[in-house]
Amino acid sequence: MTRIKTSYNRRSFMKISAAASGGMLIGFSWLNGCVPATPDKKTGLAVPKEWFDINGYIKIGDTGVVTIYSPNPEIGQNVKTSMPMIVAEELDIPWENVIVEQAPLNTGFYQNQFAGGSLSIRLSWNALRMAGATGRRMLMEAAAKEWGLAVSDVDAKDGMIHENNGERSVSYGEIASKAVGIEIPEEVELKEIKDFRLIGTSKKNVDGKKILKGEPLFGLDFKREGMKIAMIQHPPAFGMTVKDFNVDEIKNMPGVTDAFIVDTTLPEPGMFDEKGFLQLIAIVGESTWPLMQAKKAIKANWETVDALEDSETHTKRLEKALESGKASEIRKDGNPDAAFKKAAKVIERTYSAPFIAHNTMEPMNFFAHVTENSAELIGPTQTPEAMEKSVSKLLDMPIENITVNMTRIGGGFGRRLYVNFGVEAAAISKRIGAPVKLIYTREDDMSQGTYRPTYRSRYKAGLDENNNLIAFSVKGAGLPESPVFPKRFPAGAVENYVAERIHGKTNVTTGAWRAPRSNFTAGAEQSFLDEVAELAGKDPIDFRLELFERAMNNPVGEEHDYEAERYAGVLKMVKEKSNWGEEKPGVYRGVAAYFCHSSYVAEVFDMIMVNGQPKIKKVWCAVDCGIVVNRDAAKNMVEGGVIDGIGHSMYSKLTFANGAASEMNFDRYQLIRHSQVPEEIEVFFVENEIAPTGLGEPGLPPAIGALANAMYKATGQRYYHQPFATERQVIG
Amino acid sequence: MASFNLNINGKSQQVEVDPSTPILWVLRDHLDLVGTKYGCGIAQCGSCTIHVNGMAVRSCQLPVSAVGNQEITTIEGLSENVDHPVQKAWLEHDVYQCGYCQAGQIMSATALLNSNPNPSDEEIEGSMNGNICRCGTYTRIKKAIKTAASNMENA
Repeated sequence: MTRIKTSYNRRSFMKISAAASGGMLIGFSWLNGCVPATPDKKTGLAVPKEWFDINGYIKIGDTGVVTIYSPNPEIGQNVKTSMPMIVAEELDIPWENVIVEQAPLNTGFYQNQFAGGSLSIRLSWNALRMAGATGRRMLMEAAAKEWGLAVSDVDAKDGMIHENNGERSVSYGEIASKAVGIEIPEEVELKEIKDFRLIGTSKKNVDGKKILKGEPLFGLDFKREGMKIAMIQHPPAFGMTVKDFNVDEIKNMPGVTDAFIVDTTLPEPGMFDEKGFLQLIAIVGESTWPLMQAKKAIKANWETVDALEDSETHTKRLEKALESGKASEIRKDGNPDAAFKKAAKVIERTYSAPFIAHNTMEPMNFFAHVTENSAELIGPTQTPEAMEKSVSKLLDMPIENITVNMTRIGGGFGRRLYVNFGVEAAAISKRIGAPVKLIYTREDDMSQGTYRPTYRSRYKAGLDENNNLIAFSVKGAGLPESPVFPKRFPAGAVENYVAERIHGKTNVTTGAWRAPRSNFTAGAEQSFLDEVAELAGKDPIDFRLELFERAMNNPVGEEHDYEAERYAGVLKMVKEKSNWGEEKPGVYRGVAAYFCHSSYVAEVFDMIMVNGQPKIKKVWCAVDCGIVVNRDAAKNMVEGGVIDGIGHSMYSKLTFANGAASEMNFDRYQLIRHSQVPEEIEVFFVENEIAPTGLGEPGLPPAIGALANAMYKATGQRYYHQPFATERQVIG
Repeated sequence: MASFNLNINGKSQQVEVDPSTPILWVLRDHLDLVGTKYGCGIAQCGSCTIHVNGMAVRSCQLPVSAVGNQEITTIEGLSENVDHPVQKAWLEHDVYQCGYCQAGQIMSATALLNSNPNPSDEEIEGSMNGNICRCGTYTRIKKAIKTAASNMENA
């Protein structure tokens, strides 16, 4: 066992224990009308009569049922199952005995209660293990005390505590009442990684049956007695604001109880606050359909206050930025200019990608109930803490008077890092003096976004007469941010290297979209390297491995932010698993590898031609994300990332005309569908004992490169500009 | 406003709503059956799929006035104990990520298997193409449909 100090968390545990005695955590279950969760019938465990709060993460019932609170927002990345698995591993309790509940926002006790940057497991790994181990230790101490033994004379396993040199044993449920009040240990012992019995197995999604039954789980499903429904109408274009509208006519429509303009301007807005549409028309009523009709009847005077941009302007702006924009040189190794001059072969290629929307299947929505002294918010957010802060600013109310609780979330992808919909719901609730659920239509959702920025990057490589890569440059522009990562591969692997960034301007609101910047850069860089390998007459995997050898043995420059050995490791693994190099008639193969969110993923795509159209037959993925917590769910994440990468690079784009999004629903905005996905995706994990790293995002970026490279083999055409489907020539 | 008698999940239900109200919003706002999801409102995403007399229908496009006494089945009415073969297959493959679209996927899949107990890959794709999954669980959905088909055949 590994002994570790709990001091970091101990204070937090005590704080929550104090809070819990006031009943704040116990029985917390808002969506199902305070009906306590019940144990699975298969366990044979009865519904507990009494629950004992052990440490804020763990509550044990007198029958042995254990409730574990999952602290982070669940957006489909399955942390509501995997985070409690980590606690249960160290607590040493059969998984069948565990009930999971979503924890409330409790900043200061739980750490990092957000879903972003593929960080949930990574940041909470130690805290979750300590929570479980601390609980186990306290139960052991309670049993030892009962038996008049030292704690070293007892052991705990599978929800039972045993006397080491005797016959006595007691279940966690039986001893739980005695564990309450036991002092939180200063040190706890964590299991050795090799002793894990739950972590690394596959456990089903804890909300699975509820999803299959159609139970109320999501924000849009939330209901409260006396709750109104609200919808908003934002100005039709970025650069416009609302002056006035036919308010009397709208108020008189059936099913409408109120209509007004709401202002959500915040003093000192933060990075997750709305930057585009701050004044909105709000319509309130009792049910959704009449409000949708009222929205259509709005006649507003919109005022143009800024430039009305269109996609042509955006493209020109990016082209100009690359040609003559002010670049900040952010990394330079060796002498790239001289190296390009003496190179035997030079290749230069330009890549681009459009704005894209998040399009979570559950449109933005939030419940808010604002009174004179308090505000209660409930709904789908990736950043409850940020929302709490923003609502505090909006209402000029202390944070302590505001609660934000999380529903299950119908997709995040970064959109729900931004908190405008919660702020808007709070502003509407304050105005009408009643609880309200704000609902966006799909059109609102798609046209009031925090889109993935649009990007354009130019790559240049120089080979010497022996086809060694001696010079590499990348210059990337974006509206509004450059996609270039200065310290990522091939930085560290090329003698003469330069990376430059150019930030452009736009009034289109943008933000984090699953694997920010990587979701473009991986595709561009990995397509480019494929072309460079071809120019060098080398196998694309061998070519990359040569570069990793250099980065491992004799790295260039001061630092790079990847471990070349692990990077090479996933490439070698995917090479072996896919039998790379084996000739398969009629099968066209592409490969790519990428590092982001501290994880490494390599992918091989097998493509075939069906009636002149390329079709992805199979995808192999090799993933190094450290310790895998919930194996099958982790595979699901990677599969989803691959499909998301294919879908958005192949089909999706959001274009603008006169400041307005041209695509506002799924009739014009294309998302990948059933018939367009790979027939099979196989995922392999590198086995190691490294603490878990990101997994929600890293599967996506390399898919774009592997796709473009396989399509080149299949069609003879290189793909530079997303979405590829519109770039693709007719093959015949 | 008008009064409508509806046959939903084998039960008779009465609602007082505007006749143009799509059955989606009758279910969600007036009958508290929120398993049927709103996704796009224009029959492009399939999240709101229900069965009308056993056929898959996008409930966002079906006004309550057009329902009459046809039998409506929603995800809540598919089985008593999550034991419909399609639900069991979904459980087995742990299909969902966020889970939001899955009720619609399941209702489309169930309608497909009712009319075609042993669909080919192309038939599955053809029937399911109207259901978007933003998380990308498509390959698992297809596997689950095949598992369900095989279990229904052997039942």
